[in-house]
Amino acid sequence: MAQKRFVTLDGNEATANIAHLTNEVMAIYPITPSSGLGEMPDAWAAAGRKNIFGAVPHVVEMQSEAGAAGAVHGALQAGAITSTFTASQGLLLMIPNMFKIAGELTSTVFHVTARTVATHALSIFGDHSDVMACRSTGWAMLASGSVQEAQDMALIAQQATLEARVPFIHFYDGFRISHEVNKIEQLSDDEVRAFIDMKMVEAHRQRALSPERPKLRGTAQNPDHFFQAREACNPFYDATPGIVQKTMDRFAQMFGRQYHLFDYYGAADADRVIVAMSSGCGVVEETVDKLVAEGQKVGLVKIRLYRPFDGRAFVACLPKTTKVVAALDRTKEPGAIGEPVYQDVIAALAEHWADHAGGAVPQVIAGRYGLSSKEFTPAMVAAIFAEMTKPKPRRHFTIGIHDDVTHLSLEYDENFSTEAPDVVRGVFYGLGSDGTVSGVRSTVKILGENTPLYSQGYFVYDSRKAGSVTASHLRVSPRPIKGSYLVHKATFVACHQFHFLERIDMLSVAEPGATFLLNSPYGPDEVWDHLPLEVQQQILAKKLKFYVVDAYRVARETNMGVRINTIMQTCFFQLAGMLPAEEAIAHIKDSIKKTYGKKGGEKVVQQNFAAVDAALAALHEVKVPSAATSKLRMVPPVPDTAPKFVKEVLGTIIANRGDELPVSAMPADGTFPTGTTQYEKRSIAQDIPIWDPKICIQCGICSLVCPHASIRMKTYEPGLLEKAPAGFKATDWKGKEYPGWKFTVQVYPDDCTGCGLCVDACPAKDKAVAKHKAIDMEPKLKHLDQERKSLDFFMGIPDVDRTQVKADTIKGSQLLAPLFEFSGACAGCGETPYVKLITQFFGDRMLIANATGCSSIYGGNTPCTPYTVNKDGRGPSWSNSLFEDAAEFGFGMRLAVDQQIEYATALLKGLSGKLGDELVTALLTNQQETEEEIARQRSLVDVLRKRLAEIGGQEAESLAASSDYLIRKSIWSFGGDGWAYDIGFGGLDHVFASGRDLNILVLDTEVYSNTGGQASKSTFRGAVAKFAAGGKPAGKKDLGMIAMTYGKVFVGQIALGANPLHALKTIRAAESYRGTSLIIALSHCISWGIDMTQGLQHQKEAVACGYWPLYHYDPRESHPFQLDSRKPTGHFKDFALKEARFAMLARAKPQESERLLALGQADIDNRWALYEQLAGFGHAGDGNGAGKATSKEVEG
Amino acid sequence: MTIDLSTKYLGLHLKNPLVVAACPLGQSLENLKRLEDCGAAAAVLPSLFEEQIEHDSAEIARVYEYGTESFAEAITYFPEMNKYQFEADTYLEHIGKAKKALSMPVIGSLNGVSTGGWIRYARLIQEAGADALELNIYFIAADIDTSGQEVEKMYTDLVAAVKQSISIPLAVKIGPYFSSPGYMARKLVDAGADGLVLFNRFLQPDMDLDDLDITPRLVLSTPFEQLLPLRWTAILHGRLKASIALTSGIHDHHGLLKALMAGADVGMVASVLYKKGFDEVGRMLQGVAQFMEEKEYESVEQLKGSMSQENCPHPAAFERGNYMKALTSFTPGRA
Repeated sequence: MAQKRFVTLDGNEATANIAHLTNEVMAIYPITPSSGLGEMPDAWAAAGRKNIFGAVPHVVEMQSEAGAAGAVHGALQAGAITSTFTASQGLLLMIPNMFKIAGELTSTVFHVTARTVATHALSIFGDHSDVMACRSTGWAMLASGSVQEAQDMALIAQQATLEARVPFIHFYDGFRISHEVNKIEQLSDDEVRAFIDMKMVEAHRQRALSPERPKLRGTAQNPDHFFQAREACNPFYDATPGIVQKTMDRFAQMFGRQYHLFDYYGAADADRVIVAMSSGCGVVEETVDKLVAEGQKVGLVKIRLYRPFDGRAFVACLPKTTKVVAALDRTKEPGAIGEPVYQDVIAALAEHWADHAGGAVPQVIAGRYGLSSKEFTPAMVAAIFAEMTKPKPRRHFTIGIHDDVTHLSLEYDENFSTEAPDVVRGVFYGLGSDGTVSGVRSTVKILGENTPLYSQGYFVYDSRKAGSVTASHLRVSPRPIKGSYLVHKATFVACHQFHFLERIDMLSVAEPGATFLLNSPYGPDEVWDHLPLEVQQQILAKKLKFYVVDAYRVARETNMGVRINTIMQTCFFQLAGMLPAEEAIAHIKDSIKKTYGKKGGEKVVQQNFAAVDAALAALHEVKVPSAATSKLRMVPPVPDTAPKFVKEVLGTIIANRGDELPVSAMPADGTFPTGTTQYEKRSIAQDIPIWDPKICIQCGICSLVCPHASIRMKTYEPGLLEKAPAGFKATDWKGKEYPGWKFTVQVYPDDCTGCGLCVDACPAKDKAVAKHKAIDMEPKLKHLDQERKSLDFFMGIPDVDRTQVKADTIKGSQLLAPLFEFSGACAGCGETPYVKLITQFFGDRMLIANATGCSSIYGGNTPCTPYTVNKDGRGPSWSNSLFEDAAEFGFGMRLAVDQQIEYATALLKGLSGKLGDELVTALLTNQQETEEEIARQRSLVDVLRKRLAEIGGQEAESLAASSDYLIRKSIWSFGGDGWAYDIGFGGLDHVFASGRDLNILVLDTEVYSNTGGQASKSTFRGAVAKFAAGGKPAGKKDLGMIAMTYGKVFVGQIALGANPLHALKTIRAAESYRGTSLIIALSHCISWGIDMTQGLQHQKEAVACGYWPLYHYDPRESHPFQLDSRKPTGHFKDFALKEARFAMLARAKPQESERLLALGQADIDNRWALYEQLAGFGHAGDGNGAGKATSKEVEG
Repeated sequence: MTIDLSTKYLGLHLKNPLVVAACPLGQSLENLKRLEDCGAAAAVLPSLFEEQIEHDSAEIARVYEYGTESFAEAITYFPEMNKYQFEADTYLEHIGKAKKALSMPVIGSLNGVSTGGWIRYARLIQEAGADALELNIYFIAADIDTSGQEVEKMYTDLVAAVKQSISIPLAVKIGPYFSSPGYMARKLVDAGADGLVLFNRFLQPDMDLDDLDITPRLVLSTPFEQLLPLRWTAILHGRLKASIALTSGIHDHHGLLKALMAGADVGMVASVLYKKGFDEVGRMLQGVAQFMEEKEYESVEQLKGSMSQENCPHPAAFERGNYMKALTSFTPGRA
């Protein structure tokens, strides 16, 4: 046996390594949490890494999981060893091909990070609902329960499928294993090569379709013989368990780790046995250890091969003494008699118990646990074992929640713990931007790879992308770590951001006597008085050892900026005492070198070294006083004034206590109120924009570009200022519309993310001090009290009458209240200003069908939702269906609304005698194209409802119920380029062809932003993205042109940073068009590799060089196509190399970069030439924007 | 009469005294070949900047960290690349290629001020094949608490550090703005400079009156600009154990001749190549040869320094007197 090689990595990397080595083709598509599984082989392939067959695998991104499955099917039929990686809805999209692949007895392994399938809500986290949906496909299913097993089972599955010819799903729990970092013994390339039987590989290739040995597969069969043919595969399924076991035995022989189809763990004479799969097994195992040591007769059956389910093997591994079996399912099948594992266990016992042990068949109870990565802990396992001792244990139960509706849940003792005293357990709270996760990741690696210790890291991220809070959970043990659950009893708690103390109850996880390390601007002698009382009380009650380090000072002095990871890491090693200080520091430095060295970052390396060297001098123990005396209190998650649901439910989730919410607290159908982000004041900005009315030219740009609606403007009658607080800023309104009125620009200091886009865009500079603009970023703390007071008053100022606003100007548009505010989008997001602007125009009558992606996450991730209501309680009504179907989803909404309009119209006409012709005619002839007309229609509908109430009767009641539809609806499909260009394109195309009145907004970041920047067909040639690590070889798809070919689709291509007025007018023109409209909006993104403060500037340059031409195509016009940007100036290359997505390739592969940039320039030139021809010479570049026709009906 | 145009600069034997100064033209191998064909005796490659070296790696680290480890679905945003080719690496490759393609000496150029890790590139430039290194020190003492002595010490420390790391000759390119440029020149030579390049043309910031912003501006030199380095070349000639290159404002053979006669071992040209094309090299050399023939000079060595302060008929003319004369000549009241 070769020398053991220990590495620390996550489950995805462990699996991807095997997949890369053992496959020739991988057709992939991004989906969380499996994206990394495809990204790694893609990057390895780009770097020329070979598989065990001596070739570099082909790794190809497809347009959807359905496409990936089709490509896999084809590659398999043509003889390549082929794989893919997916989860959740992605796996569901593969099901049709999976039936075919299994029906054709084709060897392949799909690696699945088991993830929740969206039901009442989407969840990216782990459970088995996706793999369980594949049970009928005929695929074998092999489960891994740890990072080590993820590697091992990936290889076992690969070899087994080659022999069995039955395709395999190899799965493990999404996030809990896919993203857990653990120490494993890694197989070498040679070991993997030795394990795969080349004869079977050859046999697979021989089964391929080839004109040299022609054959035909995929016939259509008739009733007389289909059934028999379907039964013909039985012997293969019968043989599969045996083949898997044989393969597992060979694996054990070669590498020393023995697995079985079902592994029993626990007391040989157990009377209570839990049956589980994947990561839950480690938790049960840890609990069994403790309970058996206490004398209890308990055990665990780990299911490895779930399909084909070998009932005999399952029963054979149960102790004959078993009396009660608890079958645990990490999935829910509403309406079923029980979940799948439960049913399998019952059936297996019914068929085989008599042969195995005779006597009474053990009682089986069924438990659901861990949906969507819900914590599953030893305390819960202990409660299940306790339940099994009862004379009549609950037959169906849930564990881990409090079900006060159907009362299925078991209670458990949270204090039950299996944690050993010699295990270091740390929880580190940080910001995404401060490097906390990277620091803990590095610690796991240092300890796992350089010492005999075992280490485990798991990271809990925020669902908000700006000011994200992270919690890193670390275990370090002298023994392998089995338990895959968060650290609930920490021996070490670190708070990397001082201000967290007032919002996060982080010391509740601290064990008595634990160490608490705080990054504090206050020294050891002064920090105590700056702690909230609740924190002081816990420090005292738990007798915590308390240390402070001013990491930001050290970072400043060593030019580390906001990255404090190495400083905090050094302090952790010093305090945790696992390694001698010098050794720890040497390891940390070595890790820094590995991280930055290959990127040539000598200076970064030296800066980090300096930070490490300075860290310990800044670390001080705090002499804890004897009493809690603080006058400070933790901030409640939402204000007392918030509505009940917000306070009791959303507030609990915000406070990180969502686990405590009972079932009754949750809406049964996933419906949530809108307008709730306003209650969550995260106050994450360090600097906020401060307005100087003396300089302001009242252009409205700051408000327009703000991604978070946290800078707004109002004009109002001067008398209102009488009640203004001191320091409230106002100036005279500049404009003819509101003579004598006042004007104010107001920042929302606790909602601002500090992105700086507004200041970058502000065109007004002080005449005396040019660097001073009408808004400047200034330290928030200096202005917070004043701005809070000013905001309170500002919010009370009424909005202007929207029927009187000049909405087709930037300034006018910004007097309209945004109905999308304070979302969780990234600071400086390029998408949200468009969304916000659209809600300003149409929000009070909008329906939104949102494709999954960034816009659905910042738009609809609980707890708080940014879509909000106006003073009348109206606002967008929003829903997310799937990633791929937002166009169809919106289209369906359109159909429903049209149907309801027709229904209401018919009723209206039918009742016209009672209602009066005048009202009916007024309602039916109002075109509702202007704000005045919309307002008039609302008034008419109010009158209608009153009259209907007087009239009474069924028809009147029906009309009253449908009368909402008489007010014109603005129906939108929102999504990113991944949706519009790739996975949703088929549906989008169909909607184009329909001509129905649907507005489609494509927020084009030119990558799959939400899943971390994978290439889409929108990605420009030469840009580096995941799945295009070698630079995107193909040109960008021209989506607008495709839509234009229908002739009846309004198309607009806009860029807010380049021409905001054009963007505004195009949006309004598109919405006014009574057919299908497509707006393609350039949206800068982190994935461009830019300074996000200057995102708008990048948009401007993109337009200037012709990279992103502005245009609109209005079918109402006699000459529909208008090129709205000026003839390109400058070169694509000069623009491109200012963005890391392009510059990165220039660094990595200069020649290829040159080639692709030249082709990119040609793309730009050719496209411009084509557009010029379309526009007709002389039409290009007047820059006046769209919207000349706003009232014409669609012809034909 | 055979005229010997050859000269010695930094210990390198050059076929003539015309050297291509550090400028973007040298980024292209093709340009360099053409310049050699036109007669250039050596070329200083464009500068590798300290900021460039440090910035590159810091930027890559920043890009890989920005926005990462914050959100569960997008833990990173960019694929890891196997290897990065920094501008510095490309620069080193360029030196190697230039050495292979050219027979004239190739002089590498480093531009920076601090004694940080970046100066390892001096050795790397040597290892890449450069015949000599030009160290361009461009420091703006914008901090009013920084004394002249501190600045001077920074210069000499840097020169000493670079000299220590290489064995090829080292030229130091400086600006004229020292209280005592002559003393400074001597100190630099004491610190290890084998030659001085007089003077750096500082890229000066300009203003954009529309955007109310500061913008960098690069303008080509004019012949007038030669007068300043000409003076200091003349003053320093014969007083230092070091080569002198005169750069800035040499736009024709007269300029080159003046440089040599003031005491420069070579004249460096860049702006003129942009203005008049590469063929100007040949014309300038021809002009020099013709002048020498007409005036019966035998060699550049004979010409060199013949009008230096030490050797010219009126040494005081290079000092204050020159200024007085100019003023009086242009004051109408005195005319």
